[in-house]
Order: sequence, then structure tokens, then C-alpha cells
Amino acid sequence: MKKIKLLLSFIYNNKIRSFLFQIITLVVIVYFFYSASGNVVNNIESRGMQTGFGFLGAESGFNISEFLIDYSSTSSNLMVFYVGLINTIVVSVVGIIFASIIGFVVGIARLSNNWLIAKLAGGYIELFRNIPILLQILFWYNLAIVSLPSTKQSFELFNSIFINLRGIYLPKPIATEGFVWVFVALIAGIVLRTLIKCHFKKMHNKTGVKTNTLTYSLLLIIVLPIAVYFTLGSPMVFDYPALKGFNFRGGMSLSPEFLSLAFALSIYSATYIAEAIRSGVESVSNGQKEAALAIGLTQRQSLKLVVLPQALKVAIPPIINQYLNLTKNSSLASAIGYSDLVSVFTGTVLTQVGQALEIIFMTMMVYLTISLLISLVLNIVNYKMSIKER
Amino acid sequence: MAVFKQQTPKKAPNPETKIVSWLRENLFPNATNSALTLLALYVIYLIVPVVANWMLFDATFAPVSNEQCGIKGACWSYIFEKLDLFIYGFYPPEIYWRPQWVLILALSFVWIAKLLKQHKYKTKITITLIIIYPIISFFLLYGGPGLEIVETYKWGGLMLTIIVATVGVIASFPIGVLLALGRQSKMPIIRFLSIIYIEFIRGVPLITILFMASVILPLFFKEGMDMDKLLRALIGITMFQSAYIAEVIRGGLQAIPRGQYEAADAMGLNFIQKIVLIILPQALKISIPNIVGSFIALFKDTTLLLIIGLFDILSMVHLTTSDEKWLGRSTEGYVFVMVVMWIILYSISHYSKVLELRYSTEHKN
Repeated sequence: MKKIKLLLSFIYNNKIRSFLFQIITLVVIVYFFYSASGNVVNNIESRGMQTGFGFLGAESGFNISEFLIDYSSTSSNLMVFYVGLINTIVVSVVGIIFASIIGFVVGIARLSNNWLIAKLAGGYIELFRNIPILLQILFWYNLAIVSLPSTKQSFELFNSIFINLRGIYLPKPIATEGFVWVFVALIAGIVLRTLIKCHFKKMHNKTGVKTNTLTYSLLLIIVLPIAVYFTLGSPMVFDYPALKGFNFRGGMSLSPEFLSLAFALSIYSATYIAEAIRSGVESVSNGQKEAALAIGLTQRQSLKLVVLPQALKVAIPPIINQYLNLTKNSSLASAIGYSDLVSVFTGTVLTQVGQALEIIFMTMMVYLTISLLISLVLNIVNYKMSIKER
Repeated sequence: MAVFKQQTPKKAPNPETKIVSWLRENLFPNATNSALTLLALYVIYLIVPVVANWMLFDATFAPVSNEQCGIKGACWSYIFEKLDLFIYGFYPPEIYWRPQWVLILALSFVWIAKLLKQHKYKTKITITLIIIYPIISFFLLYGGPGLEIVETYKWGGLMLTIIVATVGVIASFPIGVLLALGRQSKMPIIRFLSIIYIEFIRGVPLITILFMASVILPLFFKEGMDMDKLLRALIGITMFQSAYIAEVIRGGLQAIPRGQYEAADAMGLNFIQKIVLIILPQALKISIPNIVGSFIALFKDTTLLLIIGLFDILSMVHLTTSDEKWLGRSTEGYVFVMVVMWIILYSISHYSKVLELRYSTEHKN
């Protein structure tokens, strides 16, 4: 009897229970992976599949339509990985920039007093939010393919921009000797402006005299580089696209795949960003605005100093989350054949080499790294934005 | 000494009609706003007639061939002819009644559950219905003793989209609850494993998980165990969805005050009783709008089945327009699928807003 009681008290001890439970879970999981990996090894052997990352060095043997680094069909599979990664980043960054701009404008428009503008923005949000992103990508791509003219009948702008079935051709700026100095001037301008702004802020804190720094900013950031550019004798030439044979040569081009993907991603994510901005502004209670007006701030000051800082604090975390979603959604590029990471690496290379384990692992790690980086940024932003209490 | 001065009476307000004053207040209050209104009107003028003409006024609704449709407007004849494919995929037409009954049963079960609101055995009956329904549905859709078997590769269209989304959300629900509890748990190993799983799944795009499920998953099992393509996709989607559901439920769990846990302990409830009877009912109630939200996201994500070669409603566009008869009509196909998807998703999201209002106890300013 005593023994049983001892045993019972042993089992009912919370610490021992949770310890046993954890051990059992761990054993089950380890056993699952152990037996699964045995099966994996067997399966790989019986199918005659290769293992290891040796395939990365092998010649890829296929062409990619869009690449920003040197690539040809004799390049290695590792190069395919880099090309895809860069394309993914490019389309994500472009998408993030445009989604932010559209989202911000629409979010503000949604709150407008103007009935028509508010309804229009609301309609836009409801329309594009409730259509799956893949469907939108396919739809815009299809629309571009159906409606764009052929190369011969290209749509022309100023004799230097051409739009046709193969994309948009733009003049390509080529920096010649001395252009570096324009860049240097720009950076110097930005540094100087920051210093000046700091100085005036100190003055403001000390004496209460406020100085408008807008003129300095314009002068340093815009006028200075332009002045340097012209004094050096315009050190930049443009390479214009021209029709040669069946295709355009020279210049730079944006493919319809890239354009429709970036467009679809931007207008889809913009709806979420707009909603985040709206809910951010709405989260600031009316009392705050009234209090700001009551202590004598003008409408503009109340918006800038009281409403926006609080609204952004609420709006920025979901917006950054949308950036992450946009990056992940860019993997849908494979549906229309834009050469992103999933499309060329997880798609084409996988079908050629067949080493699914390694390739899917690498792809997942890339996205995981991106999402961890974005979470890191989010945490830093959250920390900086948290209301500092004295 | 007070000085009183005769004031001239204020002018009566302008006898504007209601409409004019409304217009003035809401559309033309000042110069900037008027300009914006005009700009908005111009944008509407640019877009609406083009879309309306293509979709309605220049469109063909009569059952004619592709050539007779012309290129000026949409050719809805194509949709009418292929409607069955869009809805049922390759499901044999003579037994369309089976998926139809699945839908009817779902609606009537919901209706029964609503009727029973005050009944003594309400919970028991509801739980029984929830357990029987998937079994009956599977029997009806797939077949079995007495019913002709329809292989899953014949399932398609909107039917498949709805099946995958529903199965995904129902199967991922218990896993999600466990993961959420695991992430909140005080046991370090359990918490660590839950966090790793949730963050890993949420960090990668669904498409890579679907690739994994369709390419790597078969490697995990003994040779010769041929896994159904649809089953693989469902496993992938459930893995994906459970991480998101877990995060939604964690939000609900965090909103439960500590006092509730302590009160449950004080009453002498054991862990399972505490969670099932006290914590989960409250946490789930709070997270209902977000669960619906994640169902909406899942419904949108089912279109990705197209990429791994299953025939959901979106891939029917590719399929039907590769029919020589209807070459070049993919715009109509996409627009049709967009309209269908939009109606479904908008209704669900509208309903979730209603739910949110119903359960919200916050003060509105």
C-alpha cells in the first residue's frame, strides 16, 4: 500500500510528469525521423538518385531569359541559384516600393472626407483583396500577352521607349568616367544635410527658435549633385534601343513576365497596406486629436506631432508583415515563367537533376533567411517605435 | 451696465435641396476636393465603360461557336458550355448528385445545429454531426460499397477547391490547437519544438511546402506505398495551415487572464479539464474572426494546386482554353473565375466582420 502511494505521488508530481511527457514526445519524434530517414536512404538507392551538393558545380545546360549577373547555358547550377535569388529579390523590392506607395495613397484616400474618393478607395480594396494573388498574376500576364502589339508594330514613346509583346524597352544609362563624383556629391550632400538638421534641432531645443531646413535640404541633396553633373560635362550617355531584325537591341528591357508579376504583387499587397494605414489612423482616439487642438497646435501640427506617430506605431508591424508576404508570394512567378528562384532552381534544375531533398531544402532556407531578416527588422522597429516613458 | 444691441436676424439657410447640399458637403467642399472629385470621375469614366462594354454590352451570351462570338466583347458562350468542368472537374456527369448531396447535407446540418440551440443534448448532437459528416461526404464523393468509385484525379473545379479548403481548415484545427498550447507551455522541449515548427512553416512560401509534399513526402514512406496526389497536397496544406491556426489561437490564449487558469486549478480540475472546459472555449471565441480570416487566406491559397498539377477551378481555365474550339478565350475564363472567387471570398469576409462586431466588447470611439 505504501509503495503504491509513493508511486502515485511520484506520478502526480507535476515536474516529473512534464519531464516524462517531454521525453516521450522527443522519443516519438526522433523515432519518426529515424525510420523516415531509413526509408529515404532506401528509396534514394533504389531509384538510383544522387545525393550531396555536387550537382551545384555541374553545368546547367539551359538558358534563362532574365539575368542580372553573367549567365549562359554553360554556367553552373550554383549560378542558376544566384540568378534566381537575385531575380526574386529584384521583383520583391520593386513590388515593395510600389505596394507601399499605392497602399499609402489608397489608405489615406479611404479616410478622405470626399465621399467619392473614399468609396473608390474602398472599392479598390474590396475588389483586389478578395481575388487570389495567383489568379491576379495570371490574369494580368494574360492581358499583357493578349493586348500588347508585336515587335514590328511596337508602341513608341519619344522614339526611345518601345512597348511590345516582348516587354518595355528603355534607354539604358551608362555611366562614364567622372560619374562617380556625382555620386560622391550626393552622399556628401546627405551627410551635410543631416549635420545641419542636427544643429538646428539643437538650437531649437536650446533657444526655442525654429529654422526651416527645407531650402538647405533641397540645395544639398538635389542642386549640388546636378551642379556637379553639369560642371563635369554630363558624364553619362544613354544607349537607345533600336529595332534590328526581329528584335530590339541595346537599351534595357523589362519583360512582360516581370511587369505583370510586379504589378499584380504591388496592387494586391497595396490593399493590405492601405488597410493597415487606415486601422492605424483610426486607432488614435479622438481625444488625442482634440487634446492636440486644445493645447493650441494647428491641424497640421496635430497630425504631424500627435496623430501620425501613434498611427504609425500601430500600422508599421502589419505593413512589414505584408512585405514578407509579398516576398513569399513572388515565388508564384513560376506560374508565368518569370525566372525567380522557385521557377529556375526549384523548377528547372530540380527536373533536370532530380535531387529534390537538397534543392527544396536550399530554397526553403533562402526564404527562411529572408523572413528571419524581416522579423529582425520588425523587432528593431517595434523597439524604436515603442512609446518611451520617462 | 449691460448694453443691449439689436441684432439683425440671421438669414435662413439656403433652400438647397437635400441632394445639392449633400453634393456640396461630400464632393465639392473646397477647391482641392473638387479637383479630386473630378479626377475620380475621370478615372471612372476611363475604366467603367470599357469594362462594362466588354463584359456586358458587346458580349455574346447565346450558345454560338468561338468564331461567331467576335473579338469585340466577351464570349460567355464558352463559360456556359464548360460550366460543368469549372464546377465539377472530370467528375462523371451522371453522378453529379453526389457532390450536390454533400453540399445539401452540410447546409442541413448547420440548420439542424441552429435549431437545437436550446436543446438538452445540443453539444452531443452537434459533435456527432461533426464526426459523421466527413465520413458520409467521403463516402459520397469517393464511393465505396454500393457506390461507384470515383478516383481522386477526376475530382476538380470549384468542388476540389472547396474540398481542399474545408479539409485543410478542419484537419489543421486540432493540430493548430496543440501547437498553440505547446508554444504557451512551460515545458522547454515542447515549447522549442512548437516554435521551430510554427516559425519554419510561416517563414517559407506555401509553394515550397507543396513541392515538398508532392516530391519529398513519398520518399519518407516504404517503397511501393503509392500515395494519392490529392492526399499529398492535403497533407502539405494541413501542415501549412496548422502553423497559421496555431498563431491565431495563441493570440486568443494570450488574451485569457491568468485568473482563469488559477481559478481552474483552485477548483481541482486537471490539466485536460482546465484546457477543454475553461481556457479553450474562451480563447476560441475570441479567435473566431481570425480563424475565419485564416480560412479566407487558405481558400485563396488553394489556387496553388494548379502549380502541382491538380485541377482546381483556376487550372480549368488552362484546360478549357487548350480545347481547339475555344482557343484564345482565357481572358473570359480568368474573369469568370475571378467573379466566382470574389463572390465567395467577399461573402466570407463580410460574415467574419459581422462575427467580429458580434463578439467585440470594446468601446467604439
